[in-house]
Amino acid sequence: MFDQLSDRLQATLSDVRSRGKLSESDVDAAMREIRLALLEADVNFKVVKSFTATLKERCLGSEVLESLDPGQQVVKIVNEELTTLMGGASRDLALASSGPTVILMAGLQGSGKTTACAKLARHLGESGKQVALAACDVYRPAAVDQLVTVGERAGATVYEQGTERDPVDIAAWALDRAREENRDVLIVDTAGRLHVDEELMDELSRIRKKVKPHDVLLVVDAMTGQDAVGVAEAFSEAAEFDGVVMSKLDGDARGGAALSVKAVTGKPILFASTGEKLEDFDRFHPDRMASRILGMGDVLSLIEKAEKQVDEKQALDLQEKLRSDRFTLEDFLQQMKQVRKMGPLSGLLGMMPGMGAMKQLKNADVDEGELDRVEAIILSMTPEERANPGLINGSRRKRIASGSGTKVQHVNQLVKQFDQVRKLMRQVASGKMPDPQQLAQMASGEGRAPRPKMRRR
Amino acid sequence: MPADGAAVHDRLIEIVAEVAATGRAPIDLSAQPAVVLMVGVNGTGKTTTIGKVAWHLSQEFGLSVVLGAADTYRAAAAEQLAEWAQRAGADLVRAESGADPGSVAFDAVAAARARDADVAIIDTAGRLHTQGNLMDELAKVRRVIAKQMPGAPHETLLTIDATTGQNGLRQAKVFAEAADVDGVVLTKLDGTAKGGIVLAIASELGIPVKLIGTGESLEDLRPFDPTDFARALLGE
Repeated sequence: MFDQLSDRLQATLSDVRSRGKLSESDVDAAMREIRLALLEADVNFKVVKSFTATLKERCLGSEVLESLDPGQQVVKIVNEELTTLMGGASRDLALASSGPTVILMAGLQGSGKTTACAKLARHLGESGKQVALAACDVYRPAAVDQLVTVGERAGATVYEQGTERDPVDIAAWALDRAREENRDVLIVDTAGRLHVDEELMDELSRIRKKVKPHDVLLVVDAMTGQDAVGVAEAFSEAAEFDGVVMSKLDGDARGGAALSVKAVTGKPILFASTGEKLEDFDRFHPDRMASRILGMGDVLSLIEKAEKQVDEKQALDLQEKLRSDRFTLEDFLQQMKQVRKMGPLSGLLGMMPGMGAMKQLKNADVDEGELDRVEAIILSMTPEERANPGLINGSRRKRIASGSGTKVQHVNQLVKQFDQVRKLMRQVASGKMPDPQQLAQMASGEGRAPRPKMRRR
Repeated sequence: MPADGAAVHDRLIEIVAEVAATGRAPIDLSAQPAVVLMVGVNGTGKTTTIGKVAWHLSQEFGLSVVLGAADTYRAAAAEQLAEWAQRAGADLVRAESGADPGSVAFDAVAAARARDADVAIIDTAGRLHTQGNLMDELAKVRRVIAKQMPGAPHETLLTIDATTGQNGLRQAKVFAEAADVDGVVLTKLDGTAKGGIVLAIASELGIPVKLIGTGESLEDLRPFDPTDFARALLGE
């Protein structure tokens, strides 16, 4: 995410950090680099100007330049200011105390409103809310069909009246139904419109007046350039939106829209959409995003992801097994499945602190196929073999290889690596430090086992 | 000699127009049927553009058009294209949702040949250029089309949203690598966005803009005029 910006900022800051003392001209030079990095990332030029001015003022403060570690102070300030720029503390939706909470979605054509509606519905449904969707895009062909399909997939009810009625009436009708059916949330999908189209902007403001939404969300394509500001300003007049959904953040957007929108409109980014699947949608946390941009990782999000997937009891069981040396290939398989449930490994790597700085891992694409292969091999073993890999002799290896569509070498590798891991676990469990040589051997892949292969793009 | 402000401005427009005109050629529809493949990032306006192109070709030039709904991924994408096909009076080839896009493209081209149509336009699912496997899929769709009709697709058009920032260059580069893009359709030019990124695309990649989309209605599709574009970009 925001790789280019991230690289440039990190390079500048690591230069600053490497200096024992900072002079005013050092700070000036760093500010210049930061300004260029932000401009190249499509951040609005006015925002860049005021951002770097604030930064500079704070960095030149005496407590920074005279501190023992001025470079570190500068990094801290940049982190804080980036967080503030993106909205400070993360905020949630305003939910109604009674009756359905109404959320109105607005945006340009193709910014991803309909998809965002479904993703938001799923997100809210996950926390036990009864969600309904109102199909008020009567202009784009098949937009209603699309909402019906993705809405059902998201587990939400979709209220639609075809494309003949006025969107304002459809919205009002949908709200009545949501009240009757006691829904917790009603999300109103609207047609994409250009901010210069007065007629449609007027329609949007009529829908807003009719259904009196608790939250109006503007969906913004993360790849939008300098124009993002003009769009946001126009929409903030007609729709008076309360927050932003940043879509298509999984591309290689440079971050301009995400970094400018709060400063220009005063409205924070509430949600980020990061993939093709419905579950690729989450709350946006400015502080976590800032530390990701600066290569400090996002351990909090990683932990949250893990907590969602990992069952605590299972984890305790596993710990016990490791300690008592009863860890089997079956457990290994379960572990692998749990980790994979958290999403593609390359995504998880991006959340680890310092990963951005590791050049080999840059653009690394973890080959999920390798993991599929390991899974296939274990699944081709009998329960006895999984529990006691010592059983696996030559003829069994042959059978497992042909059963899993792999080669005998692959089976050998897996068994060998599993054996090494078990030895290591035993050492750790018995309180001994693992033999460093053995560790190095494993890491360098001697007697190589099928470990995830890194492939450079 | 003191430079005259207006003259400088005019010269500037000329220079920008020259860059924007890099590698320009009309859309080649000489083959029978001419196969046009439409590619681009999600939400840039592929399906809408196809609808408009089909309408112009059939209503204004009297050509027979077959549309191929190879976006089998997004919900209701085929229905959207069906609506456009009906408005334009074009034939539609589609498959159930989730079908292999390559096979739909193949069938569409085959149908166009069998019906002796003038043009076949293939819609594809929007994809972010960062998703390697989806870009590979696009390359495959191209190969499959070429298998059905050697030399096809004759024209591969990339839709770029005029509001896109610097990222547009990257989009063009990656799509060009995967799908051999012949030209750009600059969409949503009716907002305040000026689409300046196509200058970078033309000068660095040599891919010209062929069409511009300026609105919602069928007529709002025009050939690209470098001079008009330069004027709009620099202001009168």
